[in-house]
Amino acid sequence: MKSLLPFALMALVAVVAFYAFPYNLAFLTRVVITMILVLSLDLLIGVTGIDTLGQAALYGTGAYAAGLFAVHVWADPVAGLLVGGLAGAVVAFVSGLLLMRTHGLTLLMLTIAVAEVFQELANKLDWLTGGADGLGGITMNPVFGTWQFDFIGQTGYIYAVCVLFIVTAILKVVIGSPFGLSLRGIKDSPARMRAIGTPVGRRRVAVYTLAGAVAGIAGALAAQSTALVSLSVYDFQVSAEAMIMLILGGTGRLWGALIGTAVFMAVHEVAASVDPFNWLFIIGFLVLAVVYAVPRGLIGLPEEIRRMVGRLK
Amino acid sequence: MTGLEVIGLNKAFGGLTVARDINITLAPGDRKALIGPNGAGKSTFTNLITGILEPTSGEIRLDGRDIGKLSEAQRVKAGIAKTFQITNLFKSLTVRDNLRLPLLERRGLTGRLIRRSDREGGVEDEVESLLSQFRLSDMGDRPVERLAYGQQRLVEMAMTLALKPRILILDEPAAGVPSSESPLIAEAISGLPQDLAVLVIEHDMALVFKVARRIVVLVSGAILTEGTPEEIAADARVRDLYLGASHG
Amino acid sequence: MNLILSIITDGVAFGMILFMISVGLSVTMGLMRVVNLAHGGFAMLGGALTHWAMMQMGIPFLPSAVLAILAVVVLSVPMERVLYRPIYKMGELPQVLATIGITFIMIAAISFWLGATLMPIPLPAVMQGSVDLGFRTLPTQRIYVVVVGLIVIGGLFFLTERTRFGIRLRAAVDHPGTASCLGIDTSRIFSLTFALGAGLAALGGIMGAELLPIDAYYPLRYMVLFLTVVAVGGLGSITGSFLAAMALGILDTAARYQFPEFGTIFFYVAMIVILGLRPQGLLGKA
Repeated sequence: MKSLLPFALMALVAVVAFYAFPYNLAFLTRVVITMILVLSLDLLIGVTGIDTLGQAALYGTGAYAAGLFAVHVWADPVAGLLVGGLAGAVVAFVSGLLLMRTHGLTLLMLTIAVAEVFQELANKLDWLTGGADGLGGITMNPVFGTWQFDFIGQTGYIYAVCVLFIVTAILKVVIGSPFGLSLRGIKDSPARMRAIGTPVGRRRVAVYTLAGAVAGIAGALAAQSTALVSLSVYDFQVSAEAMIMLILGGTGRLWGALIGTAVFMAVHEVAASVDPFNWLFIIGFLVLAVVYAVPRGLIGLPEEIRRMVGRLK
Repeated sequence: MTGLEVIGLNKAFGGLTVARDINITLAPGDRKALIGPNGAGKSTFTNLITGILEPTSGEIRLDGRDIGKLSEAQRVKAGIAKTFQITNLFKSLTVRDNLRLPLLERRGLTGRLIRRSDREGGVEDEVESLLSQFRLSDMGDRPVERLAYGQQRLVEMAMTLALKPRILILDEPAAGVPSSESPLIAEAISGLPQDLAVLVIEHDMALVFKVARRIVVLVSGAILTEGTPEEIAADARVRDLYLGASHG
Repeated sequence: MNLILSIITDGVAFGMILFMISVGLSVTMGLMRVVNLAHGGFAMLGGALTHWAMMQMGIPFLPSAVLAILAVVVLSVPMERVLYRPIYKMGELPQVLATIGITFIMIAAISFWLGATLMPIPLPAVMQGSVDLGFRTLPTQRIYVVVVGLIVIGGLFFLTERTRFGIRLRAAVDHPGTASCLGIDTSRIFSLTFALGAGLAALGGIMGAELLPIDAYYPLRYMVLFLTVVAVGGLGSITGSFLAAMALGILDTAARYQFPEFGTIFFYVAMIVILGLRPQGLLGKA
């Protein structure tokens, strides 16, 4: 029962946000979608200890796959999500066969490079993707044939929140499973995992594939809710900001990913509307503050405060 | 034969020979120790047995089957396990989770995505019995990094034992353990299952003489002699080796 | 024939630029094992300061460039002390994050001060036009770039092979623990190396402004380019950086001439292949 409490809290926040910001639903939907992306990154960085800066490759491919599927095959949203997730998983599996053999700076560079190659490819294949103009003409059917997407974005928001719930619940189960325990083992000591007979390389590819599916679903949601896919889905900033949000919230426990995303995007939004030219200052200082002052993220704050209070006593 | 058989094992890095024609057997129930001065090639030898290094020539047989081509993970499944010289545990995980991982792996369950990792009946029973065997029951839910070093060495041994090996290699089990906690280690080794084949690699001679029934002496990558503790203690060459080294 | 010559001259010039900007990054990353994504910021600062000095102050090119490089060197020392010191001991992830933050602040600072538009650096008359070699002509600017690059390489070679500082630097890169045991002040070496690397990056930014135009987002746009040179060359290896910069520079230029429709794909595929085969880079230690 205790494990359901955070979900109840999540639902409460989602409902309150829906009624408190009725005219910002498009932004809220973006936050929810980004949360799913950052969750996929937490599975890699936080749980398994795979440091990557290439989440955009998986996210972007999910977006293009879902967009193309909707335009050319079937505009059903749920089917589109599955297609996006599958596309992300396939890209992750294939690239993972090479990527997961490397570590450290090499891995960071290779993941960045894979995303850049995809962006360049999407740009060149403009007959398919629309190139620099983006892929337009996406009109989604109603969700489950019932709920029509509306221009205020109510359906889109509720739909995205439901997907977020399902993804979070699935990832919670996975992390608590024997597979999840083996991932945490790999984070602590890959050498020891090999010594107890775990095929570490295969596990890393498996979790990368799973993260690819989740990131692909996030991309698909983005394509469906904005009805547009542009080359910017493959931007380095997508990967870098996802990493910033994750570290800001705190790694390894999923809730940190959600909190970090909400806080970062809120600060970003407010800063950009207050000063559209110099918001990057605020983001930059926010990032430095996280690294130097709260290295364990917002999720570790209560414990750190408790310890400081304890020391005062 | 049953057990481990090492026949004419050689390993060279370029021109440097680090293992020279090594022959060792390890049968069920054996309690052997491998000793030798620093740089004698003890680590190289373990790495060859466990599959971290590939031999230049020679054979490694387990129950008569050549396992020289198997990977590290495959050899673990075949029944060869070793503890780490420098404690190598899953520091942020609890003692129980540290034991669960090898137990789940042995049963081939770590690929499972659905059930909770602490709900496998057979595994949980074995976790508890290992905890009590190594007297760790009180600290089962503590992260390993908060344990005393001697206790971490016990977790190390319990984890390796959880793989149900038939050949157990203990790589300096007492390394870094304060002498006050060293009897704990000797006691744990004495409590190992009787049919297990155990090879202890150790510097601490008191421990070696307490637990080993036969001792193999390795010098410059080759076996100098093998015998009972009494024979080894009486061997002038071994005494020269240790005393001579310490006298400069 | 002419095409091959063009590819080689442009490729070598581009490689020299990449080398000047990246070499300091490689050495500092090899020395302190710190992942630094903000290094391109020093190249941008060099270019931006030169632009400002020339356009707003009316100072000629050469003194502007020298002043800009000196300013970057002077600025890099306190930056290293205040911002970089605390992250040396941290993991890779906080380092990535912190240096992304530093990059953002550099971008914001420059666009606040000089705006987000392109910052051209007009070349002095002697560097304009082209030189007739008899059998063909070459753009003078390229020749300057190559000559300056060769001087930098010669200087670095002299510094690392012939001076006490260089011997200590190599010792500190190869055996950091041993070096500090021998009483070598590694933190001082790092400060100096960091400043030197920043200065070279500024030089590269100024000389390369024709190929890699200067604007506020420069450090983000070319971040991957410079890091690729470092990763492909191998951390801490000056020779490796040079080989990687030349190879990638020529390859990228050739691809742009021959297959302009494929843009930077060749560059990244080459990097993926090289790092896939040699994860530690061409001359890096495993």
